[in-house]
Amino acid sequence: MDNFAFRVQDLHRTYYMKGETVHALRGVSFDVFSGEYIAIMGPSGSGKSTLLNVLGCLDRPTQGRYLLAGQDVAQIDDYQLSRIRGRRIGFVFQSYNLLQQLNVVENIKVPLQYQGLIGKDATKRCSELAELVGLGSRLFHRPTELSGGQQQRVAIARSLVNDPYFVLADEATGNLDSKTTEEVLDLFQTLNEAGKTIVMITHEDEVAARAKRVIRLRDGEVESDVINNP
Amino acid sequence: MFAKFLQTVYLGIKSLLVQKLRAGLAALGIFIGTSTVIWLVAMGEGVSYRAQQQILELGAKNVIVRTKQPNEGSEEDANSRVKTYGLLRADYRRIVENIPNIRRAIPMRELRYELRLDDRTVDTKLVGCTEDYLTLNRLEIARGRWLSSRDRGKKVIVLASDTAKRLFPYENPIGRAIWVGSEFYTVIGQTKDRTASAAIGGSLDSREYNLDAYISIKTLRQRVGDMVMKRVGGGQGFNFVGEDVELSQITVEVNLIEQVDETAQIIETLLKKYHQEEDYAVVVPRELLRQAERTRTMFNVLLVIIAGISLLVGGIGIMNIMLATVTERTREIGVRRALGAARSDIIGQFLAETVVLTASGGLAGVLFGLSVGPIFRLTKLAITAISPDALPPIVHSLEPRIALWSVLLSLGISLGVGVLFGVYPARKAAYLDPIEALRHE
Ligand SMILES: Nc1ncnc2c1ncn2[C@@H]1O[C@H](COP(=O)(O)OP(=O)(O)OP(=O)(O)O)[C@@H](O)[C@H]1O
Ligand SMILES: [Mg+2]
Repeated sequence: MDNFAFRVQDLHRTYYMKGETVHALRGVSFDVFSGEYIAIMGPSGSGKSTLLNVLGCLDRPTQGRYLLAGQDVAQIDDYQLSRIRGRRIGFVFQSYNLLQQLNVVENIKVPLQYQGLIGKDATKRCSELAELVGLGSRLFHRPTELSGGQQQRVAIARSLVNDPYFVLADEATGNLDSKTTEEVLDLFQTLNEAGKTIVMITHEDEVAARAKRVIRLRDGEVESDVINNP
Repeated sequence: MFAKFLQTVYLGIKSLLVQKLRAGLAALGIFIGTSTVIWLVAMGEGVSYRAQQQILELGAKNVIVRTKQPNEGSEEDANSRVKTYGLLRADYRRIVENIPNIRRAIPMRELRYELRLDDRTVDTKLVGCTEDYLTLNRLEIARGRWLSSRDRGKKVIVLASDTAKRLFPYENPIGRAIWVGSEFYTVIGQTKDRTASAAIGGSLDSREYNLDAYISIKTLRQRVGDMVMKRVGGGQGFNFVGEDVELSQITVEVNLIEQVDETAQIIETLLKKYHQEEDYAVVVPRELLRQAERTRTMFNVLLVIIAGISLLVGGIGIMNIMLATVTERTREIGVRRALGAARSDIIGQFLAETVVLTASGGLAGVLFGLSVGPIFRLTKLAITAISPDALPPIVHSLEPRIALWSVLLSLGISLGVGVLFGVYPARKAAYLDPIEALRHE
């Protein structure tokens, strides 16, 4: 089957510090198909962020395989990891992480810059995405002039601009109130229905309930991996 | 590729504008550095250009032999009242007869002398010279005429501009008679103003021409004599000392400029044979020129070192700012890395910011540096308007001359400083761990 978004096989991540070793991940394996909507849950310290860093190609596993589009990216160099982040993965952070000196369109454009796409087409695509997330009337606003929910929408638009294999969201609704959380989740759902693969880390059951599949981690291992019944 | 470069520069400017004051202050160091280089070099070039002009006035093909007072105390007649020293008419003859390649040799005797007309007196330099003296020193006649061969031994005199002005404030001096010592001389001409030429023969003053009075050297010898007496000391008893000098200067002009050095050496050897004491000096204007050139080079090297130091200080300021910026923008760096920026992209970004910073400081400095001429003139005018005597004459005659190399150099250095001092902060930014950076507050 070729329609895996990615596969992880026996992922280990061990931190060594001052003679102490911390096993943050101890053999995590699961496959994600294109078009899936997955929530990753687990208690604090269970290894969620560690896993996300590996999935996001920000970190390399100590051991195990991570297959993206059939290619093992577990042990490639920093430059190639950067390329993969820029082309294949969309990030949505808990604290939005927009660049303050740039307006909405420019923020959405950042990932394209690093692929050398800086023409008029790029600007047009960014405006369209802003429109898609409901910010068509705020194209040239700075992040400080937007609400938290609006900022997160910009961040989501930014995560889509490079047409990634999947969107990685780390506690994307963690800073939002319940109403805006709903709005953002609606947006994710719409995107998923349009075929986008979404991997979301969350603490909240209500958020996880919107996903199609929930993977629970405990002490660096997969505790459960269940399909949500709508 | 080029579009990407422009984009990087554009984003760099944008980031810098977030902290305008800080960027401005950082660029100020570079601004001051570059404009100082250009200003100082322009001043130095102005001074040395003037010095060179003055030396050129002496004539590049000339060898000047001057009388100088020998060192005291060596003679047994140290207590004698009249000192005899200096170049002799015999020396002149020897030079003319023995030295090859000479176009002409011009003897001259000058001494301080008082000219008088009614109750007006003027302390002049009375110059006994030949007809060639006019062209040799590039003097020009304002009115009347210059000495001719027929004036040899006659009591006629040509006055320099200031001398004439003091004796004849209102009238035309031509044809009038004035007292030279105890005899009447007829004024036949007046010379134009002439700027001073370089100092020679170990004297520090440059040669002024405007308080001269010229008579034929033959007249001087016959009527005034070689000996001058001066009254010294005060009180009851007058005390006279005198000096007995035949010639003050012999100017030797050679045919070709390449022969100058050799001729000077021959003259030196020739004179040494007949003079026990060092009572003359052989001066080669061309050598003076070379010395001036060396001084100028040394001055410029010194300036470049100073400039280098000031730009180094500026560069350290820039580096300091950029390090602070990197720390402040750690989060941004993490975000950019997550969004696909490779290390080289981050290096490019921060390097672009530093270079934009130093280049804008450098460019502004160059523009300010280029305006040295007008600004200097205006300042001179303003100061003169407030208090006319505040500025020494040297400042008045100084014209800054901008040297192209100083502009290119300072611009180059400021760009170089940007790269040099930008690399470390940029690398530091690029080698941050993206995960750590993202977590940074
Ligand atoms: N950089 C690191 N150096 C050493 N140990 C680390 C590092 N990052 C994480 N750990 C350890 O790895 C384990 C998993 O951490 P991780 O951040 O993945 O947990 P988490 O599930 O994201 O927790 P939370 O829900 O609180 O964010 C923890 O025990 C943590 O202390
Ligand atoms: Mg976490």
